[in-house]
Amino acid sequence: MIDTPERLTQYAALLGDPAAKNKILVSMGTCGIAAGTTPVLDSLRAALETRGLANSIRLVEVGCMGLCHSEPTIELHNAETGQQVIFGNVTPEQAGAVLDAFSGEIKGLDTISRGWYYPEEEENVNGVPQARIALRNCGRINPEKLEDYIASKGYQALAKAVTKMTPQDVVQEIMASGLRGRGGGGFPTGVKWSFAAREKNDSKYVICNADEGDPGAFMDRAVLEGDPHSVLEAMAIAGYAIGSGNGVIYIRAEYPLAIQRLQIAIEQAKHEGLLGENIFGSGFAFDIELKYGAGAFVCGEETALIHSIEGMRGEPTFKPPFPAVEGLWKKPTIVNNVETFANVAAIIRKGADWFTSLGTEKSPGTKVFALAGKVKKVGLVEVPMGTPLRDIIFGIGQGIREDKEFKAVQTGGPSGGCIRANKLDTPIDYDSLIALGSMMGSGGMIVMDEDDCMVNVARFFLEFTLDESCGKCTPCRVGNKRLFEMLTEITQGKGTPETLDKLRNLGQTIKDTALCGLGQTSPNPVLSTLIQFPEEYEAHIVDKRCPAGVCSRLITYTITDACVGCTLCARNCPVGCISGERKQKHVIDQSKCIRCGVCYDTCKFHAIAKN
Amino acid sequence: MSCAACDSKCVNVIEKFPDKTAALTAYMASLPIGPDRNLNRGLLIQSLHKAQGIFGYLPEEVQRFVAEKLGLHLSEVYGVISFYSFFTTKPLGKYQISVCTGTACFVRGAGKVLDEFKRYLTVEEGETTEDGKFSLGALRCVGACSLAPVVMVNGRVYGNVTAKKVAEILSECN
Ligand SMILES: Cc1cc2nc3c(=O)[nH]c(=O)nc-3n(C[C@H](O)[C@H](O)[C@H](O)COP(=O)(O)O)c2cc1C
Ligand code: SF4
Ligand code: SF4
Ligand code: SF4
Ligand code: FES
Ligand code: FES
Repeated sequence: MIDTPERLTQYAALLGDPAAKNKILVSMGTCGIAAGTTPVLDSLRAALETRGLANSIRLVEVGCMGLCHSEPTIELHNAETGQQVIFGNVTPEQAGAVLDAFSGEIKGLDTISRGWYYPEEEENVNGVPQARIALRNCGRINPEKLEDYIASKGYQALAKAVTKMTPQDVVQEIMASGLRGRGGGGFPTGVKWSFAAREKNDSKYVICNADEGDPGAFMDRAVLEGDPHSVLEAMAIAGYAIGSGNGVIYIRAEYPLAIQRLQIAIEQAKHEGLLGENIFGSGFAFDIELKYGAGAFVCGEETALIHSIEGMRGEPTFKPPFPAVEGLWKKPTIVNNVETFANVAAIIRKGADWFTSLGTEKSPGTKVFALAGKVKKVGLVEVPMGTPLRDIIFGIGQGIREDKEFKAVQTGGPSGGCIRANKLDTPIDYDSLIALGSMMGSGGMIVMDEDDCMVNVARFFLEFTLDESCGKCTPCRVGNKRLFEMLTEITQGKGTPETLDKLRNLGQTIKDTALCGLGQTSPNPVLSTLIQFPEEYEAHIVDKRCPAGVCSRLITYTITDACVGCTLCARNCPVGCISGERKQKHVIDQSKCIRCGVCYDTCKFHAIAKN
Repeated sequence: MSCAACDSKCVNVIEKFPDKTAALTAYMASLPIGPDRNLNRGLLIQSLHKAQGIFGYLPEEVQRFVAEKLGLHLSEVYGVISFYSFFTTKPLGKYQISVCTGTACFVRGAGKVLDEFKRYLTVEEGETTEDGKFSLGALRCVGACSLAPVVMVNGRVYGNVTAKKVAEILSECN
């Protein structure tokens, strides 16, 4: 049992400096496993055995390093030389070479620069743009080992809070840090806590929102898979601050690995007395249970989430009353996002002043983004607030795949908007993104290139909203359906200039009248693309043309004289509508062509034209 | 719970699979079910997850079973099932194909992949082939966006899928 702060200190001292051991870190998050890290891990383990190194080099299964673009990734720590290197795209066959690298001989391995620093430990010496607070342990510790977390200062913040600070001090510290909710809204966390703290009630709740509904975003998953204890610790701190003994994590069922690691972590924390009765001998008690989502985006909205935990349909209700006054089982409740919680322990340990030294005045600290889409280096990045989009996309992301032209970046998921190249130098924080007609959202950042049609992108998000609207209020249920139909008409070449006015008016009406955040933000993808890319809408409507060549009703494929008659396209066409003799120019039967684009993608001679 | 039209096909899974029913009974016995229906309702979603995990889907007799244990109305249980897309009242195919249609996969061509699956299997999204072999579904982001477009078949992730690879993936399902 770790039942006093002294025990924690002793235990951490016993574990020693994590940097003082030879280690090979293997990235075992969902995306690493999907990319094939398991056989790499097995082969490294076997190689260590064979060479008799199993006791001198520790093999550590870690969560996401965030270098998704080079999975499977491993990181080597040589305690004697202090050398730390990351290798990407590692194959099981390279296990020997990895061990050779310990003796300084790096051969045949793909070395990757780390590209981030840890503001808690290091100053930003090399001018690296990434700073890791929420992700401080992701990819560095084994998330299934409590001792790894403790060796990395784990549970020190909780010990400090419950033994050296009053609940008011904790609320005050979080307020002073200026931490804002990372789940999308950006509401000041300390203020939210103070509302719940001043309610007088024997029973209150702390809820962690791990529903992560934005399709194409995986920040919260990475934290939960890579560092589950940091969320548990922060929830207990929040419980102490507002006077609550009950924590609930609402997690989406689509994240089996995160669920498993949370279960393990909760079990460990309870076993050591870090959760449960009389934490650190302070008399404070706190417990956490897991509740599962069941595939409904709207359940990320806090009132809907609460109804879902209560076992009802996840329909939002009107606020006020806010959850801080009347939440789960009608008790005062705070709902915070995973990433918000992941910042809390570091703030309590290092202080609000340290936190405000990063980021911008109105948005201190850092933000994690899931950088994906047409960017070269897809990955999980954490940057100080105020970093320009350009630094993220062209710096960390290294620009656009196949060196195509950047067209837009989408932030804020289905509630957000698209940002054009001319706005790339905007320093990002909550307020600047709203000024651009988008929003921070939870951190999804999808990069699009010249081959993406903005009308079709807007239609995609509307389709998502339609699927996910709970149907409770008319503007969202019916209004979005009409928006979707109009966008579909445009992509089919049936739009008229009036359609654009109708889109604008209806979009604004939905924003003004929908009941919950889902409906209130659902027209954003349409409205923002209308403002940012009017020429693309016009091309569809006036010229009946899709400039990006996406909207299939508006494109035809034809074979040009460059055709050498290799027959490849004819063999691949799924409906068999390409004919021609060997070594003769081929032709497409337009009446049968389903415009799938397979021929266009297969022809090695660029002999197929798309217009 | 049978009707003339489909009598021969109608199976009551609760009666037909005593092992599965026993597993669900044991799970539900472990829950803190009390006299307060409102509090019991808080156990509904996890019970449905468990039941679907055991039976593969949630036919009416399973819904009724769960409702009775929790002291809820069948309509309340059905209302919840129909709200959440994770729950299904129809049995799924042996191979569950899920095409990721999250934003990252969408911009990298998931739509074409989904279309190709539909064409090959001649089913729409959310349907199962007549032989019960394949179910086609879409899901939003499995968190492997770097491998987009992504297709999951019974939990196995296929990355960088193109329309051309569809036949190959299906042929591996045997
Ligand atoms: C439709 C909708 C979906 C949402 N989805 C999420 C989500 O997946 N994760 C999340 O943390 N917050 C989500 N939110 C925001 C929550 O309602 C809530 O503001 C947030 O969890 C508060 O935590 P924070 O202040 O720490 O950000 C969503 C809001 C809306 C309107
Ligand atoms: S805005 Fe949409 S999701 Fe929100 S309550 Fe209304 S119908 Fe439901
Ligand atoms: S693949 Fe290209 S070159 Fe070959 S037959 Fe088709 S169009 Fe002609
Ligand atoms: S677009 Fe598709 S259907 Fe049309 S000719 Fe090319 S391969 Fe065949
Ligand atoms: S490394 Fe895990 S999200 Fe990519
Ligand atoms: S959007 Fe498909 S895996 Fe993320």
